[in-house]
Amino acid sequence: MPAFKKAAQNRVIPGFGLSMGITVSMLSLVVLIPLFSIVVYLSGCSFSAFWQAVTDAKTVAAYRVSLTCSAAAAAVNAVMGTLLAWAFTRYRFPFCRLLNGMIELPFALPTSVAGISLTAMYSEKGWVGSWLSQFGIKISYTTAGITMAMIFIGMPFVVRSIQPVLEKLNPQYEEAALTMGASRTRIFFKILLPELLPAILTGFGLAFSRGLGEYGSVVFIAGNIPYQTQTVPLLIMNQLEQFNDAGATSIALVMILFAFLLLLGMNFIQARVSRIARG
Amino acid sequence: MGNRKLLHTRTIACGLLAAGLLNLFAGCGSRAQQASLSGSAAVSIVNVSYDATREFYEEYNALFQTYWAKKTGQNVEVTQSHGGSGKQARSVLAGNEADVVTLALESDVDELQKAGLTADGWIHQLPSDSAPYTSTIVFLVRKGNPKNIKDWNDVVKSGRQVITPNPKSSGGAKWNFLAAWAYADRLYGGEESKDLAFMKALYRNVSVLDSGSRGAAATFVENGQGDVLLTWENEAFLAMREHPGAFEVVTPSVSILAQPSVAVVHTYAKKHGTEKVAKAYLQYLYSDEAQRLEAQNGYRPTNKKILQEFRRNFDLKVQLVTIADAFGGWSKADQKFFADGAVFDQIYEK
Repeated sequence: MPAFKKAAQNRVIPGFGLSMGITVSMLSLVVLIPLFSIVVYLSGCSFSAFWQAVTDAKTVAAYRVSLTCSAAAAAVNAVMGTLLAWAFTRYRFPFCRLLNGMIELPFALPTSVAGISLTAMYSEKGWVGSWLSQFGIKISYTTAGITMAMIFIGMPFVVRSIQPVLEKLNPQYEEAALTMGASRTRIFFKILLPELLPAILTGFGLAFSRGLGEYGSVVFIAGNIPYQTQTVPLLIMNQLEQFNDAGATSIALVMILFAFLLLLGMNFIQARVSRIARG
Repeated sequence: MGNRKLLHTRTIACGLLAAGLLNLFAGCGSRAQQASLSGSAAVSIVNVSYDATREFYEEYNALFQTYWAKKTGQNVEVTQSHGGSGKQARSVLAGNEADVVTLALESDVDELQKAGLTADGWIHQLPSDSAPYTSTIVFLVRKGNPKNIKDWNDVVKSGRQVITPNPKSSGGAKWNFLAAWAYADRLYGGEESKDLAFMKALYRNVSVLDSGSRGAAATFVENGQGDVLLTWENEAFLAMREHPGAFEVVTPSVSILAQPSVAVVHTYAKKHGTEKVAKAYLQYLYSDEAQRLEAQNGYRPTNKKILQEFRRNFDLKVQLVTIADAFGGWSKADQKFFADGAVFDQIYEK
């Protein structure tokens, strides 16, 4: 404790106590206490009931659907988001600002509205879906549809993580490499990617965990068939509607652990990557 | 013209904003206070209902307002809330202070009773098991019935695509499930292994399992999925009315008598001082005028005479089994079919 106090007093800028207080109280009110209440709620239910709820075959299938779809969506977003960020920072084209502003629309749009419009668009009657169905591709009511919805809601995370890094990146290095005869691909892998990788990973992690928890947009486009297209958030809702709060909180706890481990892992990798990038 | 239209929109927008703000302030005082403030002894009640009744209660509220004003000189304001039946019951449990509930399932009201919000034995407080109108499960098919679906055994044939919501989250879907089971049970003379195989064949044909009945209807009607929608009779009529010439209603030979339950939420009604009007609101559902309105909205009125007046709208030949006779009541049916690991889960097990 004395060491802690000393460290606090040694700050050049005053206000450590205040900022610490703000951080802890806000975080407690908004994040920690609600999450802790899940654990408290679960303490009333027996371990075997908990274990049964979280390892039920249907639940495990739902973890698989949620994890694979959001991983796929986050991967697509990592690639496409990087390209988008690249286009926005390095080129000026008509409606550039307008399009750039639209990137955040998925944040503002009610997710159920997004889900309903995506479903209508990609169903066999919709204008994209009817075209795709000629080739035998079905999007709505399949895992492809779930992935599509998750790509939609995850896109802004990747673009907005990468953009500032790209903006700060000095084009001089690229130009220097170019004059020294490096190929475009070599420049990308040796100069750009190492700088961008931490940001891409951050975006990937955020999009991934958002996809895991997404309910509104996914529930409309998924077929919701057990073992095939049922996601974890829907399963949690089902448990709640059956007045089975213990089951719902058990599954929720597992998902929180998933998301937490995921973000922790991302932070760890990101720290390593940026250390390597700095040399 | 353009200017006037703009002005018009603005007026409406301002009006909405003002109404919203007023509501905000009104929300601060208790509803009893509100009543005394507005002078003309107005009273307001909240009706928490489920998806399929939205259109009916909009019309019924107007009818009831006139009736109540004539009878007592009191203006009554009814606020409606709609959603999945189970979700709605949950919201009342969590403190959504409804004066009356008009839900899809008896078991949803039973949850409220367990929490002490509705009276013990609420089901006997109004005629016909507190279900003023009934409905049943029918098939909605595309115009001309291209897959020739006449009865449940056509629905389970391979190559048919069926749309029905998930019984784990939708009251309507539970009725769908039990109606099909009742048919199979009669067909196979109560041999349950065959009933189960029938249900497996049925759900193998289900390509989308929406979370609620409105969602399933949208999947079938708007997004063009499936050959047949299993749905409430009144929902089927509504889809016919909204899309004339696009669909047909097929009534199967056997279906289930769905009795949506209505009840006064005593705890909250007492707190708001609205017990009398809440009770009258539900009782008036049994009046001749209300029964006719129910029939016009596709519900089967419990008043036999009025049902006969509308016999052209409803297929009265269908054999309707009741939840009590065929399944021994809701708690048994829930345990047997819809609990975790029960029949519905077994259908999907690999």
